Amino acid sequence: MALCGKVSKENFNNIPDLELNPIRSKIVRAFFDNRNLRKGPSGLADEINFEDFLTIMSYFRPIDTTMDEEQVQLCRKEKLRFLFHMYDSDSDGRITLEEYRNVVEELLSGNPHIEKESARSIADGAMMEAASVCVGRMEPDQVYEGITFDDFLKIWQGIDIETKMHVRFLNMETIALCH
Amino acid sequence: MLRAALPLLGLPLAGAGATEEPTQEPGSPGEPPPGLALFRWQWHEVEAPYLVALWILVASLAKIVFHLSRKVTSLVPESCLLILLGLVLGGIVLAVAKKAEYQLEPGTFFLFLLPPIVLDSGYFMPSRLFFDNLGAILTYAVVGTLWNAFTTGAALWGLQQAGLVAPRVQAGLLDFLLFGSLISAVDPVAVLAVFEEVHVNETLFIIVFGESLLNDAVTVVLYKVCNSFVEMGSANVQATDYLKGVASLFVVSLGGAAVGLVFAFLLALTTRFTKRVRIIEPLLVFLLAYAAYLTAEMASLSAILAVTMCGLGCKKYVEANISHKSRTAVKYTMKTLASCAETIIFMLLGISAVDSSKWAWDSGLVLGTLFFILFFRALGVVLQTWVLNQFRLVPLDKIDQVVMSYGGLRGAVAFALVILLDRTKIPAKDYFVATTIVVVFFTVIVQGLTIKPLVKWLKVKRSEHHKPTLNQELHEHTFDHILAAVEDVVGHHGYHYWRDRWEQFDKKYLSQLLMRRSAYRIRDQIWDVYYRLNIRDAISFVDQGGHVLSSTGLTLPSMPSRNSVAETSVTNLLRESGSGACLDLQVIDTVRSGRDREDAVMHHLLCGGLYKPRYRPRIPPALAHHPEAPYCSYSQATHHVFLS
Repeated sequence: MALCGKVSKENFNNIPDLELNPIRSKIVRAFFDNRNLRKGPSGLADEINFEDFLTIMSYFRPIDTTMDEEQVQLCRKEKLRFLFHMYDSDSDGRITLEEYRNVVEELLSGNPHIEKESARSIADGAMMEAASVCVGRMEPDQVYEGITFDDFLKIWQGIDIETKMHVRFLNMETIALCH
Repeated sequence: MLRAALPLLGLPLAGAGATEEPTQEPGSPGEPPPGLALFRWQWHEVEAPYLVALWILVASLAKIVFHLSRKVTSLVPESCLLILLGLVLGGIVLAVAKKAEYQLEPGTFFLFLLPPIVLDSGYFMPSRLFFDNLGAILTYAVVGTLWNAFTTGAALWGLQQAGLVAPRVQAGLLDFLLFGSLISAVDPVAVLAVFEEVHVNETLFIIVFGESLLNDAVTVVLYKVCNSFVEMGSANVQATDYLKGVASLFVVSLGGAAVGLVFAFLLALTTRFTKRVRIIEPLLVFLLAYAAYLTAEMASLSAILAVTMCGLGCKKYVEANISHKSRTAVKYTMKTLASCAETIIFMLLGISAVDSSKWAWDSGLVLGTLFFILFFRALGVVLQTWVLNQFRLVPLDKIDQVVMSYGGLRGAVAFALVILLDRTKIPAKDYFVATTIVVVFFTVIVQGLTIKPLVKWLKVKRSEHHKPTLNQELHEHTFDHILAAVEDVVGHHGYHYWRDRWEQFDKKYLSQLLMRRSAYRIRDQIWDVYYRLNIRDAISFVDQGGHVLSSTGLTLPSMPSRNSVAETSVTNLLRESGSGACLDLQVIDTVRSGRDREDAVMHHLLCGGLYKPRYRPRIPPALAHHPEAPYCSYSQATHHVFLS
């Protein structure tokens, strides 16, 4: 495993349960993404140490009841940003149609009976929906380039991400990777 | 179980002759009939079914009358009105016949009136929400009910020792414990009736409602155990009996759940093969669910748990297997039956209260009980929530706790159980009956009336009616995968890990076994949402006057503004006018064919691929910016917009 205190992508591949996850590659990428590690605007790190690992884990921290409204909003934004980085694989700050299609295809890859064509139309429909939420009525010549982070926040307005996106660790020593 | 020992249709047969005109046979036997009678009054031949039908009719008419006044129904929950109506009717019957006729008979209640309601709630229970909160639900159901029962019973006994309860109430500690056990259970019928009109947020609702369903096992066991202890006499109770009591709790609850799951499995399996006999599909659903209830009753297990588990377990597979029409039939029949049963229950509760020969009043007991159930419920909720919040993903705050304690309503189940008590063994039965009636009336009327203003005043988070959006569905799935992955990476087998494992097991084995092959293949939640939204937009498009068939080649680049589509769509209108105990507000009737080929045909049809008019009319400018475009023409619009 991690002998020198650093972890690389291959180590992640050794986790057996992770193989069944359809968006595995995106998740593994998220761990090494420089934007999540706060090391730069784009690109991937080759290895991460324990501190970096904890940085990633901090995105999944549950909301403390002692936090005030502003902190809660900040926490929420951070979590959404993590998600945004997962979708936006080329780090250009926008989720384009191609990237969205990619995500949907991966999500549906677990089901062999749904063809790529259907996945594409679903992605298109979702993109349209996002566009209508963010921009409203559009002129026929207007081009919608992609979902920016602000648009992304708008889509998520009604939904409680704070309560959905966290993992409760009763005992931090159960982190198997970092023995 | 004691319940099953009672006569079934106790309802209409008791002394019905006293209220109706005396019937005469045309001539007594042995005499030649006096010519051909043109008209004969055969009342007693149709008596029983006629009376049942008449009661249901009266209940339904009453409902119609209530809903004529919007103001009244927005202030007063239906259950209140029905109970009051029952009181009035009971008074009338009493005055006319000089004795109380119609009662809420426990046999009828447990065998005919309760199952539809429980089946309806189990079948339409949002299972994801239920299992997410299962820990909290189980804690409140088991620990909470036990706490309520023991503290209330002990406190009442203490009250008696202190002399505040008149000595004519002959009851010992065990009797009070028995009474405590039956009065402490939160009632599913009452909770449904009241909470349905209040619309608190889903988590709160599912916790209170789940508790009311799952505490049946605890109530059953406590009631049985205390009853048999009372019969044995408190001196004969040994330590092993206590242990047996505890063991029977596990047996009753797990056994009931197991029975429900077995029947759910059978139901799902049989619906897989009903392709050629579509007409019996709804029948199968009801029959097997009812059989689950009866089997559990027969084996003295928790019947409510059985039906709840049956509904929860089978829904996914049954919905995939049965035809669209059967799905609608099942849904509406269930809602009708449940609504009908609920109405009758409340009305009969009102009527039964009028019969004063059945109860005896003791102020100390009544007031004491009222105070103690409220107090100990609040205390119990606070203590348990404090413990639960250490483990929950989403903590329950103070306002939730207030609503939970206030929402612990008692109802018909408590009443039926108290009527079942044996007066020879428990001399204080009449006092208990009176107290139960007062408690039930108090919770349904007073708490029912005040819970809406309370919820508003406390600014409780209300349920948000989410329109199902594709993005939301996608993101939810992404979340589930991310969280499961994080748990995998960390090696912590938490909730998400087990959910993920279960989903995979289900996909691999269960769904293959229980779902029709055609349904199984395209089974995917994301696809389902997309499909439904597609259909919904197509329907609304046509309803707005658009022509699907002739819209070939129209590039409709302007985006629909989703708000306007959603508000005026026909399905939305249908949703608003429907009523009943429907937790699943987003169930949209889909035109699901279940076969890839038919899907493709539909897809092409919507995109106007089949019918091309010979002459293409000039598109008026208004239509070019038509706000409602079918989902699938997004592909055309997409190409236009994104790849330009």
